Amino acid sequence: MVKGNGVAAAMAERSWPRSLTEVPYWVFQDEDVYEAEQANIFHGPFWSYLCLEAELAEPGDFCATFIGEQPVLVTRDHDGEVYAFENRCAHRGALIAMEHYGHAREFTCVYHAWTYNLQGDLTGVAFEKGINGKGGMPESFCKAAHSPRRLRLANVHGLIFGSLDNDVPDIEEYLGQEVLDRIERVLGGRKPVVLGRFTQTLPNNWKLYVENVKDSYHASILHLFFTTFGLNRLSQKGGIIVSESGAHHVSWSAIDREAEADRYYKEQNIRSESEYQLEDPSLVDSFSEVGDDITLQILSVAPGFVLQQIQNSIAVRQILPTGVDRTNLNWTYLGFEDDTEEQRLIRMKQSNLVGPAGYVSMEDGAIGGFVQRGIAGASTEFATVQMGGDQAVSSESRVTEASIRSFWKVYREAMGFSIEEAA
Amino acid sequence: MDALNLISRAQGHYVRAIDDGPIEDWPEFFTDNAFYKVTTADNHRRGLPAGIIWANNKAMLKDRVSALKEANIYEPHAYRHLLGQPAILEESESGATSETSFVVLRVTGNGPTDVFASGRYLDRYVFVDGKTLIDERIVVCDSSRTDTLLVLPL
Ligand code: FES
Ligand SMILES: [Fe+2]
Repeated sequence: MVKGNGVAAAMAERSWPRSLTEVPYWVFQDEDVYEAEQANIFHGPFWSYLCLEAELAEPGDFCATFIGEQPVLVTRDHDGEVYAFENRCAHRGALIAMEHYGHAREFTCVYHAWTYNLQGDLTGVAFEKGINGKGGMPESFCKAAHSPRRLRLANVHGLIFGSLDNDVPDIEEYLGQEVLDRIERVLGGRKPVVLGRFTQTLPNNWKLYVENVKDSYHASILHLFFTTFGLNRLSQKGGIIVSESGAHHVSWSAIDREAEADRYYKEQNIRSESEYQLEDPSLVDSFSEVGDDITLQILSVAPGFVLQQIQNSIAVRQILPTGVDRTNLNWTYLGFEDDTEEQRLIRMKQSNLVGPAGYVSMEDGAIGGFVQRGIAGASTEFATVQMGGDQAVSSESRVTEASIRSFWKVYREAMGFSIEEAA
Repeated sequence: MDALNLISRAQGHYVRAIDDGPIEDWPEFFTDNAFYKVTTADNHRRGLPAGIIWANNKAMLKDRVSALKEANIYEPHAYRHLLGQPAILEESESGATSETSFVVLRVTGNGPTDVFASGRYLDRYVFVDGKTLIDERIVVCDSSRTDTLLVLPL
C-alpha cells in the first residue's frame, strides 16, 4: 500500500497545532490518516521491531511478522546470516509462509508452487518450461528479477529490526546513545530465552497504546499494584529519557537507598493509597536484574516497539495496527539462558504483572478503548498534553508528558501535516 | 462415585462460581499447592512455560480474586462457561486426570454476548475427604489472541 505523493499531499492539507501540547482527536479516527501512516511511517524511514535473534537460532528457522500491515518474513540461512523480505509471493501475491514461527529448507508458495530460498530469492517456477514444449513462461522471464523486496536489517543486542525504506538512518544514529545504552543494560551480553508469547487485541488506534507506554503520569494512578507494592511511585528516584530525535523514550525508576517519604501520595488523596495486601507476597520477591538498583525500565522505540523490565519481568512488545481502531499487541516474555531455577520461578510469578491479565497492565488493554469511545464525535477537538510544560525533553521528574509530546513531534513531521497555530 | 461423576459435579460448581458468583469460592476448588495456568495452544505445543495467569499455590488464586475485586480497573463484565463432557484419562481411588473442552462467552458492559475463549482444561484432580479438588489445571486456549483483557479466570 505504498502511496507516493498523493498521500503526502493529502496530509499536507491537514493542519496540526504548532504547540506540542495539543493532539487533534481525528488522528485516532481518520481512515485516510491510517492509510497514510502505512506509507509514511511503516513503509517510511523508521526501524520496526521484527523478532528476536534467539527465535532464529538454527539455519532454516523463520518468523512471519509484520511492519504495520505489511507481512514480512525473517529467516536464518545456512551462512548463519539473518535475512528479511516481504512475505508476498512475486507471482500473484499470496503469503509465502503462513506459520508464525517455524523451520524450513525453502519456501514453496501454496498457490502455484513458486519456490524461494531462505534469502528470499525466487529459485523455482512450477511448469516454467510448460508441458511438451507448450505453455510455460516466456524465454525472457528472469527469476532473479522477481524476488520479494528485501528489507534493511539491524541487530541490536539480539533484537532484530527491519526497515522497508533504504533511506532510514543507521540504527545507532536512529536510536541514539542513551537508548542504545539502556537496551544494552537489559540485553547486552545475555542470551534471551522465550518463555511465552501472547497476543492482546486492543479496541483502539495503535497510537493510543504508544501514548500509554510513554505516559509515566498514569502508571501509579491507574495501576494500583505499582503503588501499593512500591514497584513504581512517581516520588521514587527515576526519570524520563527522551531520545535526541524525540522518537524514543526510556522511563526508569530505582530503589532509593535513602527511602524518601511518600508524603506526596498521601497529599494527593488518590485511590492508589490503599491497604491492599497480597496473600502470597512472594509475587514481588525479586533479584537485582543486572546488578544495579533499577527496578523498572520501560523503553520504547518508534513506531511500535517496547522493551520492558518491571522488576524481573522482562518482555518485548510489538504494537501492530490492524485497523484505524484495532491493534494487535504482541508480548514475548523473556528469561535468560543463565537464569537459575529460582530466578526462573521469580520470572514466572512476576509474569502475572504484565500481559492481557497482568495486575499492572490489564488496565492498559482497556484504557485505549475508553479513549477511542470517549472521543467519538469529537474529531474537531484536542487532547491536552501539558504535564511538565510544553517541551519534549528528558527530565528527572516523571510527572511529565514530555515523551508523549516528543512522539507527536516526530509523528507530525513524518506524516507531513501543515503545522499551524491552533484556531 | 466414579471419577466422571465426581469431576462433572466439581466442574459444574467451578464454572458457577466464576459465572454467577461468589467469585471468592473459585480458589476453594483447588488444593493448597495447586498449579493453575492459562496459556495458549501454541505456547503449550511449543512447551513454553509462561502463562497469561500463572500460579503455583492457592494463595495466588485468592490474590487474583482480591485484585479483581479491589485493585484492578475494568468495565463490568460477565462470563458464561459451556463445558464439554470430561474425558477421563487416568483414574484411581485418590484422583484422576481429565481433559474438558470449554467455550466462554463474555458480555462486557451493555455489549453483546461475544465468544471470548474456547479451549480445554488439562486437569489433575485429587479426591480427599469427600471433596474433589483441582491439583493442577492448565487452561489451554485455542486462539493465541486475548480480546482486550482477561480479568475473571477461566
Ligand atoms: S501466487 Fe505464489 S505461486 Fe502463484
Ligand atoms: Fe499502564
